[in-house]
Amino acid sequence: MADAIIASELYKSYPGGVQALDGLSFTVEEGAIFGLLGPNGAGKSTTVKILTTLSRPDRGEAHVGGFNVLNEAGRVRCNIGYVAQNTGSDRSATGRENLMLQGRLYGMGGSELETRVSQLLERFSLKDAADRVVHGYSGGMVRRLDIALGLVHQPLVLFLDEPTTGLDPEARVDMWHEISRLAGEEKLTILLTTHYLEEADRLAAKLAIVDRGKIVAEGSPEQLKSELRGDALHIELDSDQDNSGIEVALAGLENIREISVEESSLHARADEGAKAVPIVLQALESAGISVGSVTVARPSLDDVYLRHAGRSFSRAHSEADQEDKKRKS
Amino acid sequence: MQAISHTFYMTWRQLRNLARQPWYVAFTLVQPIVYLLLFGSLFQKVVQLPGFGSDSYITFLTPGVVIMTAMFSAGWNGMSMVDDLDRGILDRFLVSPVNRPAIIAGRLVQSSTVIVIQSVIIIFLGWLRGASFPGGIDGIILLIVCAILLAAPFAALSNGMALVMRKEESVIGAVNFILLPLTFLSPVFMARDLMPSWMQSVTSYNPVTWAITAGREVLKPDADLSLVWSRVGYLAVFAVISVVLATRAFRAYQRSI
Ligand SMILES: Nc1ncnc2c1ncn2[C@@H]1O[C@H](COP(=O)(O)OP(=O)(O)OP(=O)(O)O)[C@@H](O)[C@H]1O
Ligand SMILES: [Mg+2]
Repeated sequence: MADAIIASELYKSYPGGVQALDGLSFTVEEGAIFGLLGPNGAGKSTTVKILTTLSRPDRGEAHVGGFNVLNEAGRVRCNIGYVAQNTGSDRSATGRENLMLQGRLYGMGGSELETRVSQLLERFSLKDAADRVVHGYSGGMVRRLDIALGLVHQPLVLFLDEPTTGLDPEARVDMWHEISRLAGEEKLTILLTTHYLEEADRLAAKLAIVDRGKIVAEGSPEQLKSELRGDALHIELDSDQDNSGIEVALAGLENIREISVEESSLHARADEGAKAVPIVLQALESAGISVGSVTVARPSLDDVYLRHAGRSFSRAHSEADQEDKKRKS
Repeated sequence: MQAISHTFYMTWRQLRNLARQPWYVAFTLVQPIVYLLLFGSLFQKVVQLPGFGSDSYITFLTPGVVIMTAMFSAGWNGMSMVDDLDRGILDRFLVSPVNRPAIIAGRLVQSSTVIVIQSVIIIFLGWLRGASFPGGIDGIILLIVCAILLAAPFAALSNGMALVMRKEESVIGAVNFILLPLTFLSPVFMARDLMPSWMQSVTSYNPVTWAITAGREVLKPDADLSLVWSRVGYLAVFAVISVVLATRAFRAYQRSI
């Protein structure tokens, strides 16, 4: 099967010394849902902006639907739909007016456009609100309209930048159904970015984990998880004690691997989690380290992330937020 | 062809959104009405100065206020561009195959529509206060054309600044920083012959002066058409340069994101 998206060796830096993309490459097969998963500031939106011709890379090349995003931007634009991270709907216009204008910009018109718009309003459950201004829409309704806007001209490739961020859990699940249906029925290629591990796991046939402008792991969610042998142990330690001796304390234990400590959390991997727990607790106790809680889990994408990016997902998030604050102050 | 149809769709969107907030036009009329009423009575007697060249201050002032209002109203045109930027609407358009100049052109048509409405109201108020328009209805139409010719480049530049600065506060600051001096270094309130000589030379390079000169001339019964055409020519050149700059600002914007 042909590749709908090819990104190779993309580099992009922003003023202020931010290296947003640092040699990022990946390919997406036609008709697949591909997930770009990464914490805040990883470079997901930057990648999407380059692939949709909105922004240009400093170096590197990319093709979408067989056309080069740099010197065939016009051809690329006709073939793609783009749903940005923040909304793109015009709040002073009605849902229908938004969709009609969008279609006209792509050269559609007449009854063909009217039919397409009604069909989209129906499928995204916006029929009753179609002739009200977007200002009065709920967050979920606006997001559904955003996606409908990206689909009016029947693109071959759809880019969804964090389609469910800011939605309540119920609306998020509805959106998931909608997205999988789109891929199934319309034979669309979808590139989706997200910071929800669960979302990538549920929707993406293939996914790539992005960290600091690079792809650190790539594969189907199952492949990525199966690369991790055994169960994950997460142990919360008392935060007001010296935890520096842990790795030494656990070093000699058999079957305990990939030990890492982040502030007061300890992560490790064991073939059989249930059997490992008492052994680890014993070792910690004899080293004088007290333990708050213990969980044992089957491998999750969170563990995949931890393994490839060298830090846990939530930690990557808070680090990115702190860097952002530092830069702004 | 595509440029024209896209301009039409963009204009339609702008006018529809404007029609949904008609108070906007009313709001931008507050300042000119204050100028017209306050300065109109305050400076009534300046026409008695030798060399002023007019015998009714309100007749002198009204076309000046029409031009000044058009300029400010155009200057604020970029604010809605900042709004479109913040909302992601502009990005959505830029990812579509829309003709880029059409995005600016649609805003210029909207701005011109607002200016026609504002001008008619100001001219009517001036007339109520006793201004006369010997050039008749033709003269009034030509005055409004001059106002639009001045407004187009300022609206284009305002949108260009919005694309480069991307912040409401910065655009407000820049617009005031540019437009206030241009207003006071023009013959809006005072006949040019009565200004100090350094000021007279500065004002002759000011587009506002070109528009006011042409606008006052067309209201006279025996307008000097060569003077009008030369000023209209200057304004047209200024407008073309500004629209080109504004369209280039899209590239500057896309480089920064
Ligand atoms: N226009 C810009 N100017 C300067 N820096 C930028 C700009 N856009 C993004 N950045 C920086 O580039 C880095 C990558 O940003 P990007 O928006 O691609 O991340 P992201 O993965 O989409 O994150 P998020 O999950 O927060 O949306 C961040 O450090 C960000 O602060
Ligand atoms: Mg993002």
